[in-house]
Amino acid sequence: MAVLELKRISKHFGAIEALSQVDFELDGGQIVGLMGDNGAGKSTLVKIMAGNFPPSDGEMLLDGQPVHFHKPVDARVAGIEVVYQDLALCNNLTASANVFLAREQTRGFGPFRILDDRAMNERARELFAELKSETRPAEKVRTMSGGQRQAVAIARTHLSRAKIVLMDEPTAAISVRQVAEVLDLLRRLRDQGMAVVLISHRMPDVFGVADRIVVLRRGHKVADKPIEASSPEEVTGLITGAIRVA
Amino acid sequence: MILMNHDPSVRDGADTSPTPLGRRTRAALHMKRGLAFLRTWFAAQPFWVTVAVLIICAVMSWLEPQSFPTRDNFFNITRNFAYIGIMALGMMAVIITGGIDLSVGSVMGLAGIVCGLVLQAGHSWWLAVLAGLGSGALCGLINGLFVAYVGLPSFVVTLGMLAAARSFAVVLSENKMIYDFGPDGDIFNAIGGGEIAGISNMVWLLLIMAFVFGFVFRFTPWGRHVYAVGGNEAAARLAGVAVNRIKLQVYTLCALTAAIAAVMVVGWQGSAINALGTGYELRVIASTVIGGANLMGGEGGAYAALIGATLIEVIRNSLLMAGIDSNWQGAFVGAFIVLAVLLERIRGSRAD
Repeated sequence: MAVLELKRISKHFGAIEALSQVDFELDGGQIVGLMGDNGAGKSTLVKIMAGNFPPSDGEMLLDGQPVHFHKPVDARVAGIEVVYQDLALCNNLTASANVFLAREQTRGFGPFRILDDRAMNERARELFAELKSETRPAEKVRTMSGGQRQAVAIARTHLSRAKIVLMDEPTAAISVRQVAEVLDLLRRLRDQGMAVVLISHRMPDVFGVADRIVVLRRGHKVADKPIEASSPEEVTGLITGAIRVA
Repeated sequence: MILMNHDPSVRDGADTSPTPLGRRTRAALHMKRGLAFLRTWFAAQPFWVTVAVLIICAVMSWLEPQSFPTRDNFFNITRNFAYIGIMALGMMAVIITGGIDLSVGSVMGLAGIVCGLVLQAGHSWWLAVLAGLGSGALCGLINGLFVAYVGLPSFVVTLGMLAAARSFAVVLSENKMIYDFGPDGDIFNAIGGGEIAGISNMVWLLLIMAFVFGFVFRFTPWGRHVYAVGGNEAAARLAGVAVNRIKLQVYTLCALTAAIAAVMVVGWQGSAINALGTGYELRVIASTVIGGANLMGGEGGAYAALIGATLIEVIRNSLLMAGIDSNWQGAFVGAFIVLAVLLERIRGSRAD
């Protein structure tokens, strides 16, 4: 059974139809590459799943149960985490402080509680080790490479044992060498049974890691097939409209 | 190296003890940690400001052995920066979030007048203190509401409060000095004007507050969230930090520290005037910046506020002692502000 199921989702902004009648399914242990040109509806779809705004029409089922997200926190509580393109990290804090931001571990008694940095660093170290990333928990994010920052952002989603991770252009702003590191991170998330959505413009990345590919064009889903059954040429055609549907 | 030499496993390299290597690496790890600690400490602005304060004090003690290194002068210097330091602690919280509060001087003036009026009306000292602190906190709450929930820039909101609070102070005082403090006046004056163990009460209060602020900034989730808001507000919001509530709280806290300073200063001087605190916002902001706060937010701490305020007062006092016309003070303090930020910039670029 699908972890997350979107049925006939539509979204209008005034007269503009950003999404129309889109069906979308996510399974655990699978990476879905979500592709499409600017304005095709990728971010609208992601924002609906992330709880930024509700769909105008259609329904969303999580583990078979209908869900309605009114704000991002609702989605997060339900087990859906988003890793944003700009990574949304606080440069002035350490890696572990970022991982635990707004879910800090504390020690003490009653209302007298202080931050338990030692425990948080230790837990963050484990998370980074799981991700096979050389990221030091007590180091400030400011000094980190793109790949390490990505690991911090992903470790955040790991901390909450999310079921679904939405990755918004994770390889857009980093060097070629670090791209491989990030794609490895995605594979590890999949191997741990998570459902991963990879939103990307970069054809090689999607064909490198995705198990399935979904293409949006002008708010419509024009393809949804196993990656083996497609090709970069076909996807390019679908994105630009040279191929109508596949 | 000292640590290593004391480690027996180093002396007897071929020792048969079970964990020579373990011990050795542990010692090295300890040293590495110690070095890392030293490195962050050396890289921190407050350290260098402390060095500057110590150097100025040493030079002045050498130049003016009769007047500078005396008990009286020490008492004066510490008392003169204590109330600025108290306000700088609250200001630091605001600046760490990436905001600014220009209204602290005026809020101090208003809170002082409120204290004076309550005492003049014959009420008890604690009611005067409560009313003073309450009026200050209310100003901060208004600032915070406009910044956090209406979304106006803090510069504009607090500039408005700078004018408004001063105006309230003038209106409430009917533009008169208040010095008849009624039956509880002596107790009230003893709070701000008194001393314990040869150190002004104001200085004790500053030290206690600096300790509390330092603890809260460093060791509580609330403190961490304050830094997170200044580091990346959007990220903090996405992570689930109650950004608006934090902002409301820091502006309220900042104004509250201004009111605390007012209670102490009015008690020390034994009178309340509506011009109290005029221009102090600049001294307070200068203290935080010299101490190492970043006006873009995300950096700073309680000790930074304390040592920044100290440096400004030590410079002022030294110039007076050296017989330099007091009108030059502004030029020196101004030069130090720019120098402090310049140093920060240079060290920052090297770290990158």
